[in-house]
This record gives sequence, C-alpha cells and structure tokens, in this order.
Amino acid sequence: MSIVALKSAKGNKIANRQAISEVLLDLAKENKDILVLTSDSRGSASLVNFGKELPEQIVEVGIAEQNLVGIASGLAASGKKPFVASPACFLSMRSIEQIKVDVAYSNTNVKLIGISGGVSYGALGMSHHSLQDLAVTRAIPGLDVMMPADRHEAKKMIEALVEYDRPVYLRIGRNPVEDSYVSEDYDFQIGKAVTMKEGTDITIIATGETVRIALDSAEALQIEGIDCRVINMHTIKPLDKEAILKAAEETGRIITIEEHSIYGGLGSAVAEVVSQGHPVPVKIIGLPDEPAIAGKTAEVFEYYGLSVDNVKKVAIQMVNKG
Amino acid sequence: MNEIEILKRKATEIRMELLTMIYEAGTGHTGGSLSSTDILTVLYYHIMNVDPKNPKWEDRDRYVQSKGHSVEAYWAILADKGFFPKEELKTFSQFNTRLIGHPNNKVPGVEMNTGSLGHGLPIGVGMALAAKMDGKSYRVYTLMGDGEQAEGSVWEGAMAASHYKLDNLVAIIDRNRLQITGSTEDVMSLEPFADKWRAFGWEVVEVDGNDIEQLVEVMEGAPKAAGKPTLIVANTVKAKGISFAENVAKWHHHVPSKEEYQLAMEELSKQLEVLQ
Repeated sequence: MSIVALKSAKGNKIANRQAISEVLLDLAKENKDILVLTSDSRGSASLVNFGKELPEQIVEVGIAEQNLVGIASGLAASGKKPFVASPACFLSMRSIEQIKVDVAYSNTNVKLIGISGGVSYGALGMSHHSLQDLAVTRAIPGLDVMMPADRHEAKKMIEALVEYDRPVYLRIGRNPVEDSYVSEDYDFQIGKAVTMKEGTDITIIATGETVRIALDSAEALQIEGIDCRVINMHTIKPLDKEAILKAAEETGRIITIEEHSIYGGLGSAVAEVVSQGHPVPVKIIGLPDEPAIAGKTAEVFEYYGLSVDNVKKVAIQMVNKG
Repeated sequence: MNEIEILKRKATEIRMELLTMIYEAGTGHTGGSLSSTDILTVLYYHIMNVDPKNPKWEDRDRYVQSKGHSVEAYWAILADKGFFPKEELKTFSQFNTRLIGHPNNKVPGVEMNTGSLGHGLPIGVGMALAAKMDGKSYRVYTLMGDGEQAEGSVWEGAMAASHYKLDNLVAIIDRNRLQITGSTEDVMSLEPFADKWRAFGWEVVEVDGNDIEQLVEVMEGAPKAAGKPTLIVANTVKAKGISFAENVAKWHHHVPSKEEYQLAMEELSKQLEVLQ
C-alpha cells in the first residue's frame, strides 16, 4: 500500500501543532526531563492542555523570546530536554542570537518549534510572517532544520527528536493541513528525504505544507502525460544531497516549492547541491522578496503561484524545453 | 599564612599569568580581566564546589561568565585548578587553539559558550530552574559586566529569576564603571543601579570587588534571602593591580608594550613579596 494519501483522503481537521502537543504530552508523561517552554504562546502552540496535565513540566517565560531560548539552553545544559514553542516569526528573529550562541554554538539539546510559521498569520503583516527563518537557521552550524509535511509526519518527527541529541529548529504552520501520508506507518529518518512518488520526467521537491501541493501537481501532470517524481524534504538540514542528485540525474529537471522566501530556503539549498553536483535546470517557487500580500494562506499561496496550476504550468514548460 | 592571605596571593599570581598571556598573544581584554580577578579567585578557590577531575559532576556548582570577553583570568584559573594543563595557556588566541578570546565549552570546566553580552543570566536562570526541578542543592553563579547592563535580555532574565524565586542563583556585577567608550554613566547611565535590581525583586548587596576579605564574607553568605535571587554589586577598579593602567578606559583591550609589561610585572611581583 502506498504511504501517500490520495486526494480522496483529504479533509483533515487536526493542525500540526495539535498533533505535536499530543505526542509531547504522551512522551513527557513518561519522561519528566521533557519540558515545554512558551513565551505567552501556550494557546497558539496548543499546549494549554499540556500545562494543565503537567504543570511542573511547562515553563512560562512571558513575552521575552531571548530569555526563552537562553533559559532553554540553561535547562538543556543541566540535563533537561526542553522543547521551545513560540511563533516562528519571533523565535527565528528576536532570539536568533541566543539560538546561534546558546543553542547551536554551545551545543545544548534544545528543540525549537516555530509555530504559526510562513504566512499562517496571513493578514497580520510582515512582522508576523516568517519567510526568512529557513535561510537564517540553516546558515547556523550545529543547528538542524526541519519541516513536517502533515500531522503524521509532525508526530513522527517529535518522536524522533526526543531521542535526538542535537539542536533543531522545526517549523510548522497554524492551521490544519491536508494529509500527505495515509498514516504514521512509514520509515521516517532525520536527514533522509521521502520519495512520495516515483517519476522520470521531472522532480518536485517540497517541504512542509507544500508537499500536498506537490502531490496534487504530480497527479495533475500525470493526466498530461508527465511522469513526475515528488520528494518530501522534511529535513532541510542536514540535506539529503543523495536524493537530490539522484533526482537531477534521473529526471533532468527540478522544481522546488516552499512557504519561504525564494532566497535562502529549500530552493537555494537544492540549487547549491544541483549546480555543484549535477547541473540541471532548477525552478524555485516560493515567496518573492517583498512583504507578502495579506490574506489567508490559500489565497497568498495562490497569488504567488504556490498552487497546482502554477506548478503544472512551470513543469510543462520545463519538460517541453527538453 | 591564613586563607585570606593565600587567596590574595593566588589573585596576584593569576594577574601575572593573565598579563603574560595577553602580552605574549598580543591580544586580550586586560582591564576587565584584572578587575574581575579577585571575584573569580574567591569563587573558584573558596566558594564553588567543582571537581577538575570530573568537570561534568552532576552536583557541581555552575558558573557562567556572561562578560565573556574577560576570559583571561578565567583561563588562568581553570588551568591552575587543573581542568587542563597549564602549559596550554601558551596557546591562548593562537591558531587552532581552544583557548580562544571567549569562554568555550570545548574546554573542561566551561559550561557554556559566551561572548555575546546579555546571555549569561537567562542561561543561569535555566540552570537554577533545573536544580529546583531536580531537588538539587547546587548553586549557579554568573558574572556580568556593568556595560553589559544595557542589554535588554539581562532584565528579561532578572524578571524571570525573581518570578521563579531562584534563591540558588547568584549574579555578580563587575562594576568597574568603565566600558570601551568610557564611563558607563556617560555611555548609558546605570544609576541608581542597585535600586533597579531591588525593584526587579532581587536581594542586592554591595561589596568592594577587589577586597578579598569582603568578597569572601559576602559570597559565603550568598544567596542572601530565601525565595529571592541575589545580586552582588562588586565595585571594582578596571585594570586593578597595575597602577598606571587602573581606571584608564583604553586598557579595556589595550595590550601592554614590552616596557609596560615589565613595569606591570615588577609591580605585581612586589605585591606578591608583601604577601610572602
């Protein structure tokens, strides 16, 4: 059976943050060293229930993201397993120096969960968008960067991270996303991309919520007679270079799609590997270098071409060029 | 020789060691290392429970040097305590050394990498919170600079420490009144400094930070109050111990010339003789 959820499986109402909070609660009940830290963000992170059930394992820091990450690093240095949950826009910018020095450089076992990432806070403006976080975090040595495709992967990722003794930045969105997987019954490994669909004509590499778009695009392209590979790059760093180079070699053209600036994110990472390892055309689909337009995630995605129609158009153009 | 005299002698030896390190490396933060030498000496030779043979001993007291640039006294003391061979001090700031110009946790005995100001207190809050959660009795010490007090994250940490009633946390300010540009009060005034910390819920005590006897007395009594973090305002003299460098702003990171080095070492040697 395929691990990939078909269109007919759509209709999920569980947000990734909810899935994460539930698995964290389960794991934390078994291990008192697992802590969650919030910056007046337990509601946004769906951690209210965690706080009620395990009041001794939640640390409220107030609206102070630098302090949030500094305290987390001190806890980690003392043997705790802190999971920090704070809006991605603030966590990845306001506290980036604490992430760089106290977490990555000092190598403290802190897991940073950027919630409401990308354009989740669509109408709240650029202050609340996090479209540079992948660029910033992936440039920091010692810090891994991840984005789950859906609730199933979010859960598997957290389970893996509890056992993973390295600093990580993980970004999720605010609202429920359509499932990309049928269940949690698949092999998830940090740093190893998942080939969601095989294909020989072109490869779409996606991360986070855009994996669903990539899958739907591949289905639409199949009708056009284009055999499209879909790779879910859930770990942006360390990057699965092997999967990228294999795709370049076997399909000859690559499209990347991500809820991030076209600068410095997944597309850049893929282009760095392809241009130096096996040069083939790469088209990067993401958000342009401008304050993003206001709107719901779907509206913003549509406007900037993070859509099945646009991916399909770009793919057909690339394939027709030869 | 009583213990106070032993500590005074140790502090003078550390000053000679760190000055030699800076002179030979041609780089370093002379003024702040010298102002904080007595504080570190009392912490490491009298107050803190640490084990150089087992640097990760789980019940050890923790020290986080928030004013990371004043690393030379710290390196000299860690070497003298036996955390790493003294010989290695010669590599200070040299190619591929681990004894870089800021605390670095690749070196045994160093808890956290610091160097960017305003980070140490939040880290210390995390460590002190962990001790409370685990029912451990170790204490957490962090040394901050006074110029550093302009960093907003210091006050975020100050709020949290008092909110969580961290009476196992002791912060010390090396109040030497000078930062790189000049007087702290001209650059960004701090006074009424102790009152600010009291208003944040801390127990505050002031001390002559270059008086070993006073430091011993105050630090032995810290934490000062149940349910409250303690702040020690250690009033110090920048570049303490070298008469011609004391209270001169440029000695923040001035490297002594050959002549200055010799003069300084003579002065320190005389101080040591008095303590014989």
